[in-house]
Amino acid sequence: MTADASGSRPESQASVTVREQRVRRDHTGAKLAVLAVLAALVIVVAVFAPLLCPYDPYAQDLSAALQAPGPSHVAGTDRYGRDLLSRIVMGTRPSIFATLALVALVASIGTAIGVVCGWKSGRLDVVLMRTSDLFLAFPGLVFALAVAGVLGGGILNAVVALAAIGWPKYARIARGLTLAQKGEPYLAAARLAGCTTTQLVFSHILPNIAGPILVTAMLDIGTMMMELAGLSFLGLGVRPPAAEWGSMMSENRSLLQTAPWTIVAPGIAIFVTVMIFNLLGDTIRDRMDPARRGSVRRGVG
Amino acid sequence: MGRYVARRLLQLIPILLGITLLSFGMMYLAGGDAVTAMLENQGVAVTQELIDAKRHELGLDQPFVTQYLNWLGGLLRGDMGTSYVSGKDVFGTFVSKLPATMLLTFTSVVATVLVAVPLGIVAATRHNRFVDYVVRVLSFVGNSLPNFFVALLLILVFAITLRWLPVISSNIGKTGVAAISWSGLVLPTATLTIAMASKYTRQIRATVLDELGKPYVAGARARGVPERTILFGNVLRSVMIMLVTLLALSIGDLLGGTAIVETIFQWDGVGKLAVDSITMRDYPMIQAYVVWMAIIYVVVNLIADLLYHYLDPRVRLGGEEQ
Repeated sequence: MTADASGSRPESQASVTVREQRVRRDHTGAKLAVLAVLAALVIVVAVFAPLLCPYDPYAQDLSAALQAPGPSHVAGTDRYGRDLLSRIVMGTRPSIFATLALVALVASIGTAIGVVCGWKSGRLDVVLMRTSDLFLAFPGLVFALAVAGVLGGGILNAVVALAAIGWPKYARIARGLTLAQKGEPYLAAARLAGCTTTQLVFSHILPNIAGPILVTAMLDIGTMMMELAGLSFLGLGVRPPAAEWGSMMSENRSLLQTAPWTIVAPGIAIFVTVMIFNLLGDTIRDRMDPARRGSVRRGVG
Repeated sequence: MGRYVARRLLQLIPILLGITLLSFGMMYLAGGDAVTAMLENQGVAVTQELIDAKRHELGLDQPFVTQYLNWLGGLLRGDMGTSYVSGKDVFGTFVSKLPATMLLTFTSVVATVLVAVPLGIVAATRHNRFVDYVVRVLSFVGNSLPNFFVALLLILVFAITLRWLPVISSNIGKTGVAAISWSGLVLPTATLTIAMASKYTRQIRATVLDELGKPYVAGARARGVPERTILFGNVLRSVMIMLVTLLALSIGDLLGGTAIVETIFQWDGVGKLAVDSITMRDYPMIQAYVVWMAIIYVVVNLIADLLYHYLDPRVRLGGEEQ
């Protein structure tokens, strides 16, 4: 995984008046609400997918094979006459559920390791951090490909493969945040008041470091979704005939010339979903980070 | 500088050991499975005796450490065993496919710089004007498109509809770099460039905005230094320093990201080799791919770090880093 250069953000806010800031905040509030509703909608579609499909996503009807999008099949049909819209609706399930599970898994494992490292320091910290360096030494999807290759296909193995390369980022963030919290006087006060270590970690450290970790997780959803779909596309994730966007596109690759809608339709589904979650992540980050909030307003020259 | 280089080289040793250990350990865990896969690939009826005999022949019944050391020794001599599928030398096959991937990586990095740097600078200098919005929307769209979708769309438009470029990038019947047709290089490069340029345009824009807000720029403006001189003489220099780091990271993205693109365009590089090997459960080949990709990535990053150290006078003249 690549670290992003988020350290380089515009800082000057001199030209932002209080009023401008207030207007802006209201504006991002509305944006956030719209995006949150859209993301919730996608999740609702995933949950109720079987009820929302106009046709059975697995029913073959060879007499209706390869129909272009039209009134009876809004997104057209594939080579077996399966309704593409139904398959796309059904495909929200693996994409959404597996991605959310993956992000939750990676964020919690990474955070747990990071907090332990930051809290304990010493030898354990060194060992765990060097281990995370090691996982970061493998470029991009290379390690995930190999893990998926060793474990064999299947959505669960694809999640494990991506989790293997995903956790170090969170471990590093959580470790840094924990170290920063450790020096705070309130922790010493809490300890003097009789808090146990468990209490300190769970009721003081974790709530205080949760914000940046949640933002990172939100920003990761889109990327993880694309990577999972990519593994499925390569046959290392969800496998046909199961309806999944990546594997649908891979399955229909040979139809690119004769029936391009079989590829474009699931492609648009991935694009729109990823876009919603990316925009949501960006908006949440902008709101959480006051230093960024004003920066967009700054004029130049 | 000399001491710094020496220290970085020393730090490389544990990382390389870790990489090899992890790559080997992963395949070790696949162990028995690997022999079964190998025998199945050869079309042999699999019996327990046969598996045991093969395991003994391959040294898979030896203790982990012995196996690892043997394998490590082989790695250093460029001997990584033979493919379970083709029976050919694994390292030789890997090396023969590497130049094609290197070429694709190189053209994509060059194209990315040519696209992302101007766009990032233009967007930053026309901050919050029309051009800036267009660039931001484009880079956002590019960031939300999976590369296999981009590849298929490009094929649909430029190869199938307009018939300008070939769908398959390699000349059939040849392998490695010999198989590359120059017109076939365009679409895979474009696919990889779209994803990377979208990402880096945003970061370059942010960096330029950041620089333009610094006091030295205000000072230069107050002294009447032309905007052009500030931009190209001062601001661009700091962008270049950041670019070195970005490029080193992007090479990792590319080495890993080419697997899908190479598969779609039938580009005969190591990415396609890896995907094919995974499908065939050709474990020694997967192992070679993983370990060498990581080594290449680590070395590239080291070079970038050293270059960064050299390019940035604040770091170079500041003596030892903390």
